[in-house]
Amino acid sequence: MEYVIEMLNIRKEFNGFVANDNITLQLKKGEIHALLGENGAGKSTLMNVLFGLYQPEAGEIRVKGKPVKISDPNIANDLGIGMVHQHFMLVDTFTVTENIILGREITTAGSIDIKKAEKQVREISERYGLSVDPQAKISDISVGMQQRVEILKTLYRGAEILIFDEPTAVLTPQEIKELIQIMKTLIKEGKSIILITHKLKEIMEVSDRCTVIRKGKGIGTVTVSETNPNELASLMVGREVVFKTEKKEATPKEDVLEITDLTVKDTRGVSAVNGLNLSVKAGEIVGIAGIDGNGQSEFIEAITGLRKAESGSVKLNGKELINQTPRKITESGVGHIPQDRHKHGLVLNFPIGENMVLQTYNKRPFSKNGILNFKEIYKKAKSLISEYDVRTPSEYTLARALSGGNQQKAIIGREVDRNPDLLIAAQPTRGLDVGAIEFIHKRLIEQRDNGKAVLLVSFELDEIMNVSDRIAVIYEGKIVAIVNPKETTEQELGLLMAGSNRKEAGEHSNV
Amino acid sequence: MSKRFKSLLTPIIAVLLGIIVGTIIMVVSGYNPVTAFTALWNGSFGDIYYIGEVVRQFTPYILAGLAVAFAFRVGLFNIGVEGQFLVGWLAAVWVGVAFDLPRIIHLPLAVLAAMVAGALWAFIPGLLKARFRVHEVIVTIMMNYVALHVSNYIIKNIITDNKDKTDLVKESATLRSDWLQSITDYSRLHWGIVIAIIGCFVMWFLLERTTRGFELRSVGFNQHAAHYAGMNVNKNIILSMVIAGGFAGLAGAMEGLGTFGYATVKGGFTGVGFDGIAVALLGGNTSLGVFFSAILFGALKVGALNMPLEAGVPNELVDIIIALIVFFVASSYIIRVFLDRISKKEVK
Ligand SMILES: Nc1ncnc2c1ncn2[C@@H]1O[C@H](COP(=O)(O)OP(=O)(O)OP(=O)(O)O)[C@@H](O)[C@H]1O
Ligand SMILES: [Mg+2]
Repeated sequence: MEYVIEMLNIRKEFNGFVANDNITLQLKKGEIHALLGENGAGKSTLMNVLFGLYQPEAGEIRVKGKPVKISDPNIANDLGIGMVHQHFMLVDTFTVTENIILGREITTAGSIDIKKAEKQVREISERYGLSVDPQAKISDISVGMQQRVEILKTLYRGAEILIFDEPTAVLTPQEIKELIQIMKTLIKEGKSIILITHKLKEIMEVSDRCTVIRKGKGIGTVTVSETNPNELASLMVGREVVFKTEKKEATPKEDVLEITDLTVKDTRGVSAVNGLNLSVKAGEIVGIAGIDGNGQSEFIEAITGLRKAESGSVKLNGKELINQTPRKITESGVGHIPQDRHKHGLVLNFPIGENMVLQTYNKRPFSKNGILNFKEIYKKAKSLISEYDVRTPSEYTLARALSGGNQQKAIIGREVDRNPDLLIAAQPTRGLDVGAIEFIHKRLIEQRDNGKAVLLVSFELDEIMNVSDRIAVIYEGKIVAIVNPKETTEQELGLLMAGSNRKEAGEHSNV
Repeated sequence: MSKRFKSLLTPIIAVLLGIIVGTIIMVVSGYNPVTAFTALWNGSFGDIYYIGEVVRQFTPYILAGLAVAFAFRVGLFNIGVEGQFLVGWLAAVWVGVAFDLPRIIHLPLAVLAAMVAGALWAFIPGLLKARFRVHEVIVTIMMNYVALHVSNYIIKNIITDNKDKTDLVKESATLRSDWLQSITDYSRLHWGIVIAIIGCFVMWFLLERTTRGFELRSVGFNQHAAHYAGMNVNKNIILSMVIAGGFAGLAGAMEGLGTFGYATVKGGFTGVGFDGIAVALLGGNTSLGVFFSAILFGALKVGALNMPLEAGVPNELVDIIIALIVFFVASSYIIRVFLDRISKKEVK
């Protein structure tokens, strides 16, 4: 069988740090080839090499058997390689079509022929089942749709080989199903795909072969039909991985967080949280299950002080905290792992070390009389980095240069280390590898066992079912049911999340 | 090539490109670039008198550059340095002429007055930005005009009796020094340079070493993360404008208490505040960078005066060269891309 892409013995260094060490990846025509590796293993780096964003120090790239030098993304485009980045590169105020033709405008007599472009975009969209509206504005469409625009962009430029860097990390379960369908259509139309994902289930479901890398080194390529998730996980991590986290029975005590009749408006001024009631006790993990867009973000932002609440009460250990400043809330004993790590969680242009004291820089020993003590700051950072296994060249590296998963581990380390009475974790394992997920889940449970309250928000039902002691289902800005994870099923939860009431849901799941 | 080295090389290349294009323009318009640049050099460093003048010239440039750079580090574009500079100038002179105090009190008081005036002037755009999200560029430009006309009015109608010029500030409030003048062949060099150097140090220390600076830098890079981390974003926005205005006000004191010793009614802007934008840009918005780029701008400004005399080149040409340097600094992105290309080649 002929290979469309061969990356042979690729090596890439950053100032002496080896991110890719002798990695080989061969992509067959018409296959979905998964690329698997821990956070910071060097997957994105390898793909950026293929896409011409980085130049390798050693190794060879062949396209259809012919050695090539890909010195910038335009050359990659010309060779039929397209990349869907994890962070989209779209102009918000432009329409779908305008974004797609950007840099490849069709002109008649010097002016852009937008009608013709729209027609082409519509044709491609239909052919691959993308159902994108060519006239919609980017700022008006969902994240899932924006991703499809990125896919369209590569197809419009004639891509034969598509690289997807963690495409499912930002999608809801429904959107993931649709994306998988789209990928299958692409293959049917003769495209080849490299897929980066941390979700072993997805690899098993769609891909033909899988290349595994560990700490920058190529471990090998396996045929997916001849392997299983456990084998993949241990290949990737280098040891056995436990999927179902072990935990003792919870021993809930007094209420730590009490929320009554909370209402919050979203950015457009529409009510997103409508009289929500919930309590979280010391020594328990409460998981919030719900379909994206049912007020989860607004709810979390309101109780952490990032968004104004309209009315209601939020009490922490009996003390009213509604509409207090984030600092007051933090100092009352709340830790917050934010949903959007680039927007809220990190100052990307700060070294990772300074990010570790983002809330505590004004406390001893990190500062005294208003003067920072960098020795103490970096000492702390160093210990957190090793304790939470943040893979970074050093604590002085800019947060921006860390891999996505390692940025997340840094935030989690910072928040858990403050040992808050209430830890709010919003999508804490998004974009993390299975080993890291296991680690994070253990940490959350450890907090619980130390008598702390944990509030977990996640779109991953597996995660909610696995980690929580109680599950609160959110629907249209209200908690509509509280269920015991041991006594419920994914189906029942799914129905509750879709808005059917408890009794109906129970009946359905019994059938 | 390390990042640090590149960020150092970028402005140097920008300056060289400015000089090269300036040379071409001179050749095309029939002037001898060698004599012209020799005249420029002689006019800025060729004589102790000129050196004194250059130092005098770059003293306010440093402070005006800091005023732009400081706000920029917190994510604000302070176009209002000129206005803050004018009110600082006025306040310093006012205190300088109105009181009779011992020097140890009078001089610091006059300097402080300039700083407070500049700070208050910048407080208004800071407040409007923080409270109502009014863009600071618009407000600061407007405040420049207000500063110009209000200070003209005050000089004409309040400090003097319908005159265009105030009296000289009292001996006890002046920054001038006979000694400094005598060692530089009677240039107008004054003690202000000490204040400017302290200003550089203060900016560096405040931003890089204090918890307040940690907050200011966080707000500058990512307001959302700063808010999440419990910092008061609005307070830091206002504070950064106030501090920037303080630097600009000090620049005004350099002129009011040092170079001139008085304040005059002005027909238009002095340009020092706007040059500060170029100084900050070339200096990469760091205090050390501002210090060196101010020296360059000061030398160009003073040396330019010698070009018509010694080489017959019109003054305007020097302005064009300065403009070209600014242009190349602003397009430093292109230079950086170019440097990236080179360093990639090196690896291969
Ligand atoms: N521009 C850079 N400068 C310095 N180091 C870098 C840079 N880009 C990546 N690295 C380092 O190279 C390593 C590999 O990063 P990469 O982004 O390829 O990981 P990844 O496998 O995609 O991880 P994740 O699953 O977390 O996204 C990381 O340790 C990262 O810190
Ligand atoms: Mg990655």
